[in-house]
Amino acid sequence: MSAQETQIRSDQDETLLSVDNLSVEFAVSDGRIQALRDVSLSIESGETLGIAGESGSGKSTLAYAIVRYLDNNAHVPEGSIEFKGRDLLEMLPAELRSVRGKQIAHVAQNASRALNPSMRIGKQIRETIELHQDVSGEEAQNRVHEVLDQVNIPDPLEVAKRYPNELSGGQQQRALIATGLACDPDLLILDEPTTGLDVTTQAKLLDLIEELKGESDAGILLITHNLSAIAQIADRVNILYAGEMMEKGPVDEVFTEPANPYTQALLATTPEIDSQKDLRAIPGQIPELGSIPDGCIFADRCAFVTEECRSGQIDMESPTPGHQTRCQRWETAVEDPIKSGTKTARTSSPGDVILEADDVHKHYDEGGFVQNLVRDHKPVQAVQGVNLQIREGETVGLVGESGCGKSTLGRTFLRLHDPTSGSIKYRGTDIASLSKSEMKEFRSECQIIFQDPDASLNPRKTVKRIIARPMEMFTDLDEDERNARVDELLDQVNLSGDLKTKFPHALSGGQQQRVAIARAFAANPSLVVLDEPVSSLDVSVQASILNLLDDLRDEYNTSYLLISHDMGVIENICDRLAVMYLGNVIEEGPLTEVFTPPYHPYTRSLLSSIPSLDPHEDDTRIRLEGDVPSARDPPSGCSFHTRCPQKIGDVCETDEPKLETVEQTSNGQQTHCIACHLDDPEMSKPLDEPAENL
Amino acid sequence: MSTEDTTTVGSFQLPSIVPRLLSNRKILVGLTVLLPIIVITALGESITPYDPLQTHVADKYAAPGGQYLLGTDNLGRDILSRLITGGQSSLLLGFGATAVSMSAGVPIGLSAGYLKGRVDEVLMRLMDIMMSVPVLLLGILILVALSSNIVNVILAIGIVYVPRIARVTRSATLAVSEEPYVMAAKARGESTSHILFKEIMPNVMAPIVVEGSIRVGYAIMIGTSLSFLGLGAGPPHADWGYMIATARLHIYQTPWFLLWPSLALLVTIMAINILGDGLRDVLDPRAMEGEL
Repeated sequence: MSAQETQIRSDQDETLLSVDNLSVEFAVSDGRIQALRDVSLSIESGETLGIAGESGSGKSTLAYAIVRYLDNNAHVPEGSIEFKGRDLLEMLPAELRSVRGKQIAHVAQNASRALNPSMRIGKQIRETIELHQDVSGEEAQNRVHEVLDQVNIPDPLEVAKRYPNELSGGQQQRALIATGLACDPDLLILDEPTTGLDVTTQAKLLDLIEELKGESDAGILLITHNLSAIAQIADRVNILYAGEMMEKGPVDEVFTEPANPYTQALLATTPEIDSQKDLRAIPGQIPELGSIPDGCIFADRCAFVTEECRSGQIDMESPTPGHQTRCQRWETAVEDPIKSGTKTARTSSPGDVILEADDVHKHYDEGGFVQNLVRDHKPVQAVQGVNLQIREGETVGLVGESGCGKSTLGRTFLRLHDPTSGSIKYRGTDIASLSKSEMKEFRSECQIIFQDPDASLNPRKTVKRIIARPMEMFTDLDEDERNARVDELLDQVNLSGDLKTKFPHALSGGQQQRVAIARAFAANPSLVVLDEPVSSLDVSVQASILNLLDDLRDEYNTSYLLISHDMGVIENICDRLAVMYLGNVIEEGPLTEVFTPPYHPYTRSLLSSIPSLDPHEDDTRIRLEGDVPSARDPPSGCSFHTRCPQKIGDVCETDEPKLETVEQTSNGQQTHCIACHLDDPEMSKPLDEPAENL
Repeated sequence: MSTEDTTTVGSFQLPSIVPRLLSNRKILVGLTVLLPIIVITALGESITPYDPLQTHVADKYAAPGGQYLLGTDNLGRDILSRLITGGQSSLLLGFGATAVSMSAGVPIGLSAGYLKGRVDEVLMRLMDIMMSVPVLLLGILILVALSSNIVNVILAIGIVYVPRIARVTRSATLAVSEEPYVMAAKARGESTSHILFKEIMPNVMAPIVVEGSIRVGYAIMIGTSLSFLGLGAGPPHADWGYMIATARLHIYQTPWFLLWPSLALLVTIMAINILGDGLRDVLDPRAMEGEL
């Protein structure tokens, strides 16, 4: 431990949790994995500490180690975890049980799995209370309602009676946090609380955590790979990489003047709105932790690496008091990550219309004959009358919260589903009327890339067979030519040729997505539907995949339909943007027009939900009330009226607004359309003062 | 994996799969037990010490050891000889019937699970109807309609188990057919049969192989019941099931009479199950590294 750290410690005797030189190893069949090495951290009461890092860096292992939930094959060779002066590692099981849940609450990742599906929400929260506190049934019940109210769940009495599957993702996460809060813990560990949630839900959840911070003096340990969440909430941040702390310090300092190349690299991979920054991926992968090489663990991926980084022990150094970095070259290895290289705007001249949707509707679950006879069965109206054009060489973004019909529309475009009504024209011909050979051509021209790369590759086929298959179907290439083309494609997606004989499970997520991209481009498509292509990947990998898609687009002159809920991703790559809400396109136009006023109120709130990497940014955000209504029973009139912060009045509830042109470029091709009853000035004015009609 | 993994696009990688199969302990154990059984029963009458049908009235109920290695039955027939020849029809029945039910059940389950909707309804309701009739009764009905010989017995038992295989296949297919790689195949314009047999089937083989290996045992037992009822390979023809059925009556005097065929049946079925487990593991590429 460095002298300074000891200094800091003695200054503040309020330390709630202090982890010192903790190492964790896992015994595996061929040796051991050193998952955490020499990790130290401390949290004081009332403080929020953020822990960030790529997946595989040991964030969750650290959280589990603190509550001693580690698996049986785990072993702690050294270190101590002191909670209020007592070493958790030396506690007896009974003592430990009295601390867990009561004084330290661990809120697990993935709320939909962490809640017991067969137990009512209220019961689950009550269990914790009754276990740790000697209270009467009624008091416990009241406490349940109290904590549910504390996490801003509307109508706690009602929600307590529901089962987890009856809640939305955001509410499940809130209920889980409520379980953690039930006994008023001194330390709250939040493991990836926002992962897998929509931006709008995510923003509200971050608000909640901020609110909780203000209300109680509990320490919060926030573990996330989402740097913007940390920028918004945490007081201090620790950056973890491959089981080692790379940098620690106050959020302001670490985000504005990162002193570690890894932190800089992480910041540079995170897309941001309006910053026009050129995303840079971190090359390589997180190392296997079977044997730890000499020197800096990040050396292989570091942009500033020198020979001396690869040998000896790298110690923590302190640029300023309270700010430490595990880099011996921190003084010279500096880059400004927030204003890193800017991107040159794409100058595209859209060609002919490739695909055109005309009043497309898609309904699901229309019910059988009997269902409709017995009761008024309502189908899920996933897409309700969408008109959209995609031109040659153009990238159209499709954004919206989950459940708004983006993916359904994308799949209907490729005729993976048949539209309920309306037509989709491919180069002028309705795809419903294509002959068999025309259909084959359509299939070879239009490809799709999915969100989860692991699931989109057949686990029983080698990489080579996967990539060669479209060529077998659509081209006359013989086997040698196909092999040559597979090599060429692998090279284009920056994969080594050695991977050809591998099965998908042997590849990392990023590599799998590259294989999926190679497969999509194997038959020279003219349109590729990208269905959330990066949202299941690590930030460090996201950037490289986006850059790859960007390069391939230029090389093949391909059009993209990019479906995403992440405005940062959209901004990085799209030319034109369509915003969807409950099956309708509510705003459409060139990217820059959509991102500047006038805005549809929904677009405005989506844009303002995006957390920023800048810890000082003013928080003047718009929060949407509630969740997306059910597509089985969409609201009348403008479907957004139930949540709209700028609702005018009855007209919104009765009349459905049409897409109307608000701006037009000189050539008349690129128009900006918005479907809203508000007039131009109202959609443009800043929302500093709350709308009067709220 | 072995280095022989050269260019084998589209075809099954025979050179590399053999060492992989043999490196699995379960497969090794299963084969070590099963192969001798198969070889011995296949050799049949050419290695039996006595004629399995010949009665030695003077030596009936002979104890194991001595002149008759495993003893004799109530009519003085050599049990070892009967065991060896009886294995022929039992094994043939077990594997044959399972092959029949797989070859019909797997395609039915795949189509129902992937095509869904009306196809699923029609196929599955048909299967339900078949399943609602007790297995033995259905077997008897089929055998009454056909004539009672070994081929028809195999066919009958095979048909009886089609719904079970179809059900298992369907439920596995339902999950797999929603996977994006199936969607990707569809987006590529693959034919339905390619999607069913090339994309989906390899990924649902694990539960089917396990189900199949269990079915082999059950098929032998159903065969036993049928021959007990006089619909299988009837007396004096040897058959493990038939042997168990007769031995039942003499359980107090000569327990070994019951013991040997039961033991043979037990060991065979267990070996097949272990083999099935091992096959399931090896056929899954994800499990490969752990084994090696």
